[in-house]
Amino acid sequence: MTDAQAAVVQASGIVKVFGAHRALDQVDFDLRAGEVHALLGENGAGKSTLIKILTGAYQPDGGTVRLSGVEVAFRDPLQAQGAGIGTVYQEVNLLPNRSVAENLFLGRQPTRFGLVRRREIVARAQELLAAYGLDIDVTAELSDYSVAVQQIVAIARAVELSGKVLVLDEPTASLDRNEVDRLFDVVRTLKSRGLGIVFITHFLDQVFEVADRVTILRNGRKIATHTLSEVTTTDVVRLMLGKDVAFDHHPTGLGGAARGAARVSFTGVGRAGSVAPFTLAVHEGEVVGVAGLLGSGRTEMARLMFGVDAPETGTITVNGVPVQIRNPVQAVAAGFGFCPEDRKLDGIFGDLSVRENIIIALQAKLGWFRALNPEEQIELAGRFAEALDIRAASHDMPVKFLSGGNQQKVILARWLAIDPTFLILDEPTRGIDVGAHAEIVRTINRLREEGLALLVISSELDEVVAYSNRVVVMRERALVAELSGDEVAPETIVQAIAGTRDGPGTPPSAPPPANGTGAAA
Amino acid sequence: MAVFKKLALGAGLAALLSTAAYAEGLQGKVIGFSQIGSESGWRAAETSVTKAQAAERGVDLKFADAQQKQENQIKAIRGFIAQGVDAILVAPVVSTGWDEVLTEAKEAEIPVVLLDRGVDASQDLYLTSVASDQVKEGRVAGEWLVGAVGDKPCNIVELQGTVGSSPAINRKQGFEEAIAGKANLTLTRSQTGDFTRSKGKEVMEGFIKAEDGGKNICAVYAHNDDMAVGAIQAIKDAGLKPGTDILVVSIDAVPDIFAAMAAGEANATVELTPNMAGPAFDALDAYFNAGTQPEKFIITESKLYTPADDPQGEYDRRKGLGY
Amino acid sequence: MTSPAPPRPGLPLRPVGQPPGPRPQPIWMRLARPQFIALAVVLLINWALFPGFFTITWQDGRLFGSLIDVLNRGAPVAILAIGMTAVIATKGVDLSVGAVMAIAGATAAVMVTSGLPAGLAVLAALGVGLACGLWNGLLVTALGIQPIIATLVLMVAGRGLAQLITEGSIVTFADPVLVFIGTGAVLGLPTPVAIALTLMALATLAVRRSALGLLIEAVGVNRSAARFAGIRAGVLLVLVYAFAGLCAAMAGLIVAGDIRGADANNAGLWLELDAILAVVIGGTSLMGGRFSIPMSVLGAIIIQAMNTGILISGFSPEFNLVVKSGVILIILVVQSPQAARLLRRPDRKTATASEGKA
Repeated sequence: MTDAQAAVVQASGIVKVFGAHRALDQVDFDLRAGEVHALLGENGAGKSTLIKILTGAYQPDGGTVRLSGVEVAFRDPLQAQGAGIGTVYQEVNLLPNRSVAENLFLGRQPTRFGLVRRREIVARAQELLAAYGLDIDVTAELSDYSVAVQQIVAIARAVELSGKVLVLDEPTASLDRNEVDRLFDVVRTLKSRGLGIVFITHFLDQVFEVADRVTILRNGRKIATHTLSEVTTTDVVRLMLGKDVAFDHHPTGLGGAARGAARVSFTGVGRAGSVAPFTLAVHEGEVVGVAGLLGSGRTEMARLMFGVDAPETGTITVNGVPVQIRNPVQAVAAGFGFCPEDRKLDGIFGDLSVRENIIIALQAKLGWFRALNPEEQIELAGRFAEALDIRAASHDMPVKFLSGGNQQKVILARWLAIDPTFLILDEPTRGIDVGAHAEIVRTINRLREEGLALLVISSELDEVVAYSNRVVVMRERALVAELSGDEVAPETIVQAIAGTRDGPGTPPSAPPPANGTGAAA
Repeated sequence: MAVFKKLALGAGLAALLSTAAYAEGLQGKVIGFSQIGSESGWRAAETSVTKAQAAERGVDLKFADAQQKQENQIKAIRGFIAQGVDAILVAPVVSTGWDEVLTEAKEAEIPVVLLDRGVDASQDLYLTSVASDQVKEGRVAGEWLVGAVGDKPCNIVELQGTVGSSPAINRKQGFEEAIAGKANLTLTRSQTGDFTRSKGKEVMEGFIKAEDGGKNICAVYAHNDDMAVGAIQAIKDAGLKPGTDILVVSIDAVPDIFAAMAAGEANATVELTPNMAGPAFDALDAYFNAGTQPEKFIITESKLYTPADDPQGEYDRRKGLGY
Repeated sequence: MTSPAPPRPGLPLRPVGQPPGPRPQPIWMRLARPQFIALAVVLLINWALFPGFFTITWQDGRLFGSLIDVLNRGAPVAILAIGMTAVIATKGVDLSVGAVMAIAGATAAVMVTSGLPAGLAVLAALGVGLACGLWNGLLVTALGIQPIIATLVLMVAGRGLAQLITEGSIVTFADPVLVFIGTGAVLGLPTPVAIALTLMALATLAVRRSALGLLIEAVGVNRSAARFAGIRAGVLLVLVYAFAGLCAAMAGLIVAGDIRGADANNAGLWLELDAILAVVIGGTSLMGGRFSIPMSVLGAIIIQAMNTGILISGFSPEFNLVVKSGVILIILVVQSPQAARLLRRPDRKTATASEGKA
């Protein structure tokens, strides 16, 4: 790439104001044809706002956007799409109960005499997805497929629609390493075809892997734009956070730490079609990490523990006393908490306030007639918001306006409010910026030190290693290994995930040593 | 004559059935009857009178309830044709879309008699239709009021049926014809009460408020008795005497209006007879036995009832008809 | 419980302590809601059409006047709307309430005409309404049928059931208790108005003093998240449908008592739509979540004020539906978020997005 290359998108002096808050302040950004340009920043830095302005979802309060040298002002994303800017958002934005093919061609189905030509759609959809290495039944409903496949379909659709620019807003958040590789192959192909690609992610190593340049935003201002070959990860992190961060690395002797009494134990708990019977005890002051590839049964295990799916076999005891957990109500009564993987779908109550989102589980546990009065609610929400550093303009504002990281903390606060005996966190750092990420890891360590029993599912190995006393490994819907002591190390875990035979995928790679931001794939 | 076979229906039928002159003539005939449904008391009465008429004449009546759906009626008629009935009675739920099935009946040489409502189809597709003259009903009601008021000035309020329905249009027209040219009668307010008791009451309540507490209203004309019954309650609630302070005239002659009449709270009603089947059977009898082609439109009588006509007795008689 | 961690250094934090709570609004601000303005406008138009509209007199031991008529006639829909609000807040809808009114009225009427005591008839009618609601609730929860379909079953079948009970005719009665429910007066107010106001107050207290309101809203906003948070969503859903059935039975008793007869064919006909409209005018979204029972009652009163205005206007009845739908359209447009955005000046916009994902 040369500097002489013409910018396909040129945004200058962009300002966006929400109320009294300047979300973007005089931000410049340019994207050249045939480059991958990463956009980095903490939550609240202004990444999404900038993207929404480029794609027409927001109108800027100041500044200009030029597309191929011509000044544009998109009224809505559809217009931007028509002009050549396609977008794939973090959360798949398609119709789950329509077929894959329909989703690909929605709004522009090939028709003859006004009739949709179904066979042609199917053929073209198959052809299109083949280019992404996807050989699936395109007539099946989109929701029948994993988030990973859905994400790829969304990307395929956007690539089809956009001619010049593709915006990828955390496309890899839900993909495993294989799929990420496949996606990056596609990204490189598209790049060679001359598309300008804006890439937003929290995975720093992915930025270095695929992007040519990086622009870093902080607090609504542009901090720097660099060619990636000229900077290191540490430089980038420093620019993002304005300081160095690192995990409180693997706690001393954590693996071999003396265990307290067994807080909860699951013996032979299983369910046909979900997870094979497993036996696992979590002790007081212990974090058990759960590792495994996407679809290995990690989430299914958590759902059984929490009664979201009723176990068919096995017994569960809390502090040695057998309990029955066949639904979440019983789980909550037993003092369990569960931060689910899909925050938007299973976690937050978007239209309810931050305060209500925090007190809701406690209220459900107390029952209908022991209502927390407003003072108690304000006190509880204030206490936990402060403890977890939840940043919201007001606790009365709908939680949907909070960033992903803050929403995650709200759900965590919800469970801390019931004074849990056992807490399950499923991918607590997914889709969360680096700063909040480190903070959540710190919180997990703190909760452990305070004596809580935790089970944490994560795809990020260095993160798992950073807080786990023990790590259990899932493979093909069964618990296949339990690692403790010195075994709790990325290499050992990778071997356990891979098992005796080499799986189809490369196991997640260890992060660059200097990184330390949990940016492992 | 096998009159009163259906004792269960009570003595009330006697008066209605007395016209059964050709009764022996239909003995053993199989006749299909596709009824709209049972959406009103009058409809229920029509059904029970039809069944009684058939029983009395020895007709084997095949009854089919269409539950307000034309496709059910068409299905029922096709079923009747397949069974090879001798004749078919239809109370059509809508007026259009009958040509095909009526042609099928004609080709099978099964005479069809329409009850209560007409259809938009060629007249040679059915034998005859039996219906009331709704314009005439309105006229009879209006003429009664003209006679009752005499030369005194009288402001009339009208409770219309459902907007756009043919009884509402026709009963309004007939009434207006009757009072036209009488300078002392003025129709001051007219609103729809949707043929229901509660809407009749609500609308009358509004009229009374808007007309100086009802002092400016001399009579209420309701397109059916149910609305009149509602209006009577509104008049009473306003502290006035229905039937005296405000005259009440309506159409249909359902039992409850006779109860009101007996209590001196209603003044006149015009009968819409539920006995559509009687004239229909008569016409079929003449057609089968004497080869007489009946008139294309048989009009039922629109009889006026006033407190002089033994309202309590009428109430008791009609109560058994399923109103 | 975990002790609060020290705030991270270097990051801007709110002033330590309580975050801003709900800002108390001055009373005129709260009255400036579109619903109150709509009601005022409709009432003023009525007054212009009929100068005696606001005249209220004391007659036969009760208040008497057009304004009282509006409340009295609006009471059945208001009562339906109270139950409907809870259902809609859970992202559901109950199409069967009109039919349940007919069933309840028919039950009570047939019982009193066959000589049973009125108290028993009233209890039976309410019990039948409750049972209908439970049926709807079970279809929605146990069988997972979409509410609009589940309640459509009873909407269609229920009226037939009522017709079976009355055998197709209007069952007329003169029972003083039932007549009192429909046309009596309590402290000068028509009984239906007294019942509606009492029910509104009790229901509002019940949902706001207990946790029910919040839990219902949570289920409506995100049923899956409600399950994960340990809320008994199924039981709550059955409860709200049962409550809607009970309200419908109450309304059914009122309309039957009002005309001293149970009209299975017409009682409550299409009133489910008026009730849904009342709830929507009151500002509760069909998408579930936030709800306000008093505002739904206000919505019912707006609808009835409009109906009464049309009645006394002297317009030809052909205009009724056009006028009504026109006015409703204006109300809905005015209270739509888009219109609110246009009406509000940008600098008054709350900083909801300030901490948003940027």
